[in-house]
Amino acid sequence: MPFTLNVNGKSVTVDVPQDMPLLWVLRDVLDLRGTKFGCGLGQCGACTVHLRGNAVRSCQTPVSAAAGAAITTIEGLSPDASHPLQRVWEELDVPQCGYCQAGQIMSAAALLRRNPRPTDADIDVAMSGNLCRCATYTRIREAIHKAAGTVSPAATTAEVIR
Amino acid sequence: MNRRSFLRATALAGGGLMVAIYLDPPAVLGQEGSRAPAGGANYKPWAFLKIAPDGKVTILGKNPEGGQGAKVHLPMIIADELDVDWKDVTIENAPLDEQSFGIQRTGGSTATPINWEPLRQCGAAARQMLVAAAAQTWGVQVGECNTASGRVRHMASNRSLGYGELAARAATMPAPDLKSVKVKDPKDYKVIGSPAKNQDVPKIVRGEPLYAIDVKLPGMLYAAYEKCPVPGGKVATANVDEIKKLPGVRNAFIVPGGPDLTYTYPACCIGVSLHGGVAIVADTWWHAQQARTKLKVTWNEGPTAANSTEGFNRRAQELSKQPPQVKLYNDGDTERALAGAVKTVEAAYYYPFLAHAPLEPQNCTAHYKDGKLEVWVGTQTPREGRQVIAQSLGMAENDITVHFVRMGGGFGRRILNDYMADAAWIAREMNGTPVKLLWSRQDDLTHDFYRPAGYHFFKAGLDASGKIVAWNQHYVAFGEGEKFAPNTAIGGASFPAGFIPNFSFNASLIPMGIPTGPLRAPGTNGTTFVYQGFIDELAVASGKDPVDFRLALLDTPRKLLPNTRDAFNAERAKGVLKLAAEKSGWGKRQLPKGTGMGVAFLYAHLGYFAEVAEVSVDAQNRVKINKVWVAADIGSQVINPLNAVHQVQGSVIDGMGAVMAQETTFVNGRAQQVNFNDHRLVRMNQAPKDIEVHFLKTDNAPTGLGEPALPPIIPAITNAIYAATGKRIRTIPIGKQGFSWA
Repeated sequence: MPFTLNVNGKSVTVDVPQDMPLLWVLRDVLDLRGTKFGCGLGQCGACTVHLRGNAVRSCQTPVSAAAGAAITTIEGLSPDASHPLQRVWEELDVPQCGYCQAGQIMSAAALLRRNPRPTDADIDVAMSGNLCRCATYTRIREAIHKAAGTVSPAATTAEVIR
Repeated sequence: MNRRSFLRATALAGGGLMVAIYLDPPAVLGQEGSRAPAGGANYKPWAFLKIAPDGKVTILGKNPEGGQGAKVHLPMIIADELDVDWKDVTIENAPLDEQSFGIQRTGGSTATPINWEPLRQCGAAARQMLVAAAAQTWGVQVGECNTASGRVRHMASNRSLGYGELAARAATMPAPDLKSVKVKDPKDYKVIGSPAKNQDVPKIVRGEPLYAIDVKLPGMLYAAYEKCPVPGGKVATANVDEIKKLPGVRNAFIVPGGPDLTYTYPACCIGVSLHGGVAIVADTWWHAQQARTKLKVTWNEGPTAANSTEGFNRRAQELSKQPPQVKLYNDGDTERALAGAVKTVEAAYYYPFLAHAPLEPQNCTAHYKDGKLEVWVGTQTPREGRQVIAQSLGMAENDITVHFVRMGGGFGRRILNDYMADAAWIAREMNGTPVKLLWSRQDDLTHDFYRPAGYHFFKAGLDASGKIVAWNQHYVAFGEGEKFAPNTAIGGASFPAGFIPNFSFNASLIPMGIPTGPLRAPGTNGTTFVYQGFIDELAVASGKDPVDFRLALLDTPRKLLPNTRDAFNAERAKGVLKLAAEKSGWGKRQLPKGTGMGVAFLYAHLGYFAEVAEVSVDAQNRVKINKVWVAADIGSQVINPLNAVHQVQGSVIDGMGAVMAQETTFVNGRAQQVNFNDHRLVRMNQAPKDIEVHFLKTDNAPTGLGEPALPPIIPAITNAIYAATGKRIRTIPIGKQGFSWA
């Protein structure tokens, strides 16, 4: 059945079953492939998008629940990768394989919108639903603090001894 | 490494230069210095660089990349010797073409040791040719010229020419004999040893399509594939006619599976073949998955349906009480030494089967048309993947084109290419229509090539001074007869063999049909916990400090049996152990009750790692990793220190998951863990905020670190739990033993 979606500021109509998860509408129907599939069970957060400004798992969000509401995906987070998180992610070279990072950035962006100066505990709560198989957590934490202008608890210590 | 390689320089259209280094197949030795590869097809160019007339430098990234960083740090080696600024270098992805680019694989932390010398030679030789071209242009001696930032300068006259301006003439210069190519003094390195970022990050943060799962072809359909829950089982019947009528479904059919589909002992990498199952092809993957819920299949499960973790455990206990079946390494007279020991210690250690779970589920897009096949895939071994398809479909390799793209993680799982065979078969059935096969997370976790479980039964003896005089180890593993199942064999002569006068290491094998394969740090990701845990017990039994005890063991002059070899260097192991102890304040800090420190070290993949964990355990057995210190010796250079630190920190957190929660168990031949709620990775709130990484430079060729950084954290944590609580951990994961993350 037809649903009108507001994705990244554009209105689009899709004709899909009402229980089709938003993830697959975005990826397979609308060609927005930045949002990733990792588990299909809301366990990994790779599919995180914003729905009405809140971070949601698009694999657990039926398209019927998203119709009419503002949906933002990684492609629409900023027009030119200028969101502070995108800039800091590049600056700190956060990703390894990179597959989870769109979801990480979307969760972090939702956090900063409602809490511009998060504490470490706030970051734990907001980000623990996003798995990173390469385990880039140290840098994700550092990057969120840097984007927010807050102090990271422990900067990375690394040295090369001759 | 290979000093009898040679170079080939080629003029590019429009006045550019391409330089390639060729490795020497033994049959055509002695032709070094040739300007053209007289050896023809036998020669494999190993690395390329291109200099365009405008001075732009392009270096080929030829290996599959999935977060290891070789795509960046291998070109860094060439760039430094070429003497260009890193910012002026573009990395180009190579297509699969081993005829042109040599081996294209990712695995085993091999990229650095294999490429270090040829890539330096390649860059240095190209630089030498550019200098020769400049000297000829100016009519001066080569020795009067130097280079910097992509320009050759004549010092006396202060003239200079950019590499782009020189490229056409350089292409006419004789390619130098690689033996005479002078590489840089390490003190002059500008790119090597400087942090370099992953050049794909701008695309990653924009959500641009990069991975195989993002591939989209015109008219493409989506496939889901139901395989037997018992690996290797085949379809007896399936209701495919009903499935075909479901919404969005375009086709559904039974895939018979390969004729020799046995998982017992596949040869590494190419021995996999097609899984039997039922394919459902639909307009979207979700439609295919929805239809899958209506699927009714009866399976011929095969003999492996009798496998269970409980049965393996029972059999391992039985075998531990019998003489070992396979002799591996025996030095001295262990029985006698045990009888004469002042103190003996016995312990049984266990680590489980373990899945890889890269975050991008296995997938492959395939298009079969007019007898030819084209596939898009994330794989660590594209060439072997093509072979698997060729074998499974009975096709010629020449008729198969493999496009390999950035992987959403590999960890060894993408060394085995079974999903490529699945996709290829489905695409051939859908003749003319491209199909993307995507596995669900459940498909991934229940159809892996698992890290094999291992049981280790120890008895060791100490003399009056606390020295280990006898070591008896009965390893119960998997296999048949004397043949170990894939990735279960352990080198008999590895540490601590040779350091203990009476040493007996033997094995017994349990038959099994579960597919096993390499997981990050294969061979040591389980055994390091075992060895470094038991050595810790012996340190405690001897009344010695765990660091001092290890150092003393390493100080023992090593005597290996004749005809056994192990490159283990005790001095390098001591180096990292001492550094980790120093940086962590080992033995010097007053720790609160319930907090302890643990240490472990490893030599693997040519690298040395020592790791210390400080861990707190509360009254409810909730575990918190306060801080981790890592000391690494990967040789004389850390080529890209930025990525090196990332690899190490990621390894530490990855290893934490293996300590606490991860295992794959089997009931009736079926893997029991199906998603991230029961295959639990470490999450942000559990990850330590501080992981210190220290690299100790030594006078050894640089080596890799994506793997050896991982195993030591496991015993470092379990030994720290002992120090904090007095509870000795001999089985992982510890979540089943009442522990949880704080």
